[in-house]
Amino acid sequence: MIYDVIIIGSGPAGLTAAIYATRANLKTLIVAGAKWGGQLQLTTLVENFPGFPEGIQGPDLMNAMKKQAERFGAEIIDQDFSSGDFLASPFKITAGGKEYAGRSVIIATGADTKWLGVPGEKEKIGRGVSVCAPCDGFFFKNKNIIVVGGGDSAMEEAIALTNFAKSVTVVHRREEFRASDIMQKKAKANPKIKFLLSAKVTEILGEDRVTGVKIKNTKTNKVSKMPIDGVFVAIGHMPNSAVFKNIDIDEKGFIKVYDHYKTNVDGIFVAGDVHDSNYKQAITAAGFGCAAALEAQRWLRNQKS
Amino acid sequence: MTDLTFTDKSFKQEVLESKEPAVVDFWAPWCGPCRVVTPIIDELAQEFAGKIKIGKINVDENSQTASQYGVMSIPSIVFFKNGIPVKTMVGAQSKENYKQEIETLLAS
Repeated sequence: MIYDVIIIGSGPAGLTAAIYATRANLKTLIVAGAKWGGQLQLTTLVENFPGFPEGIQGPDLMNAMKKQAERFGAEIIDQDFSSGDFLASPFKITAGGKEYAGRSVIIATGADTKWLGVPGEKEKIGRGVSVCAPCDGFFFKNKNIIVVGGGDSAMEEAIALTNFAKSVTVVHRREEFRASDIMQKKAKANPKIKFLLSAKVTEILGEDRVTGVKIKNTKTNKVSKMPIDGVFVAIGHMPNSAVFKNIDIDEKGFIKVYDHYKTNVDGIFVAGDVHDSNYKQAITAAGFGCAAALEAQRWLRNQKS
Repeated sequence: MTDLTFTDKSFKQEVLESKEPAVVDFWAPWCGPCRVVTPIIDELAQEFAGKIKIGKINVDENSQTASQYGVMSIPSIVFFKNGIPVKTMVGAQSKENYKQEIETLLAS
């Protein structure tokens, strides 16, 4: 069987693309990945998605989008994309050891949290190192923790974590934060949050769980130890583009867009955070997903005629 | 087949003293990735019924067991054999990955 569209990814971009593709009567497969639902699965209350005046829980929003895509007949597999032949026609995609063929493809794999990449980090993920404050904040009741990062998401994580922790220190390697004024103000107004600037985490300490970090002052190069119970990493995201061969990416790894959500390969489209280095919002991702699906539909129609 | 739920109270008898190996899903209702994993765990519980005990424990209501096994991130799936935790998988993973670990556990 050949699908009209294979969508790789299941965040707002992928699922919106699927809603549009299926409603246009295109035979649609979503390669959703083991961790379907994207970054919103790691959030709590989303207050900037239109239509939800009281806000909506990120995971609830994703569940609703998935149901909506399924309602119109999208097939979903919860396997990770492993490889693709984008030079053949139809395109061939392998996921979970099976091969799928599609006349067109929409890449909507989004972006994944960046890790610090310092010694002691990897082996302590789930042992005091986390990227999901809403999931794991609970385990740090009355504990002292740090959030690494300087953007809005670092401020958001820090504020969320004060519901549980005794103290939260935001550690940032630069002299000032990148976060928006409103988020900085919110964080600074919180008595449980402290700030440590020009400070870089160089090692995470502890045997079977986090007991502290080594921090280097980026001005004096002096290294000091800081005893803490948890490290929440919020230093941004990396586009999930590395798995795609023969698809052009820019120097930062974002998929290059040529003229209306097309990639360099004819018939392969792109949507969401995997190409968007600018907005990175749930609603823009959904918009890009819609646009890519409409483009794919147009392209398929032109192929037939 | 009812979905199996463990608690702080039942954990010793249901998991540690279980004749079959056991797989425990540490989860909480507020955790998005946990909701991705829960239906997979339910399916696996059916597929491996009789061979292995697969169930869930809500960490919010049963924090004692979670802290006893050093769970600090959810979802965490912990595999038990003869009452001893032999493997922990942190974060949502594919059904295939869980299946592989279960088969390894059964073969060991």
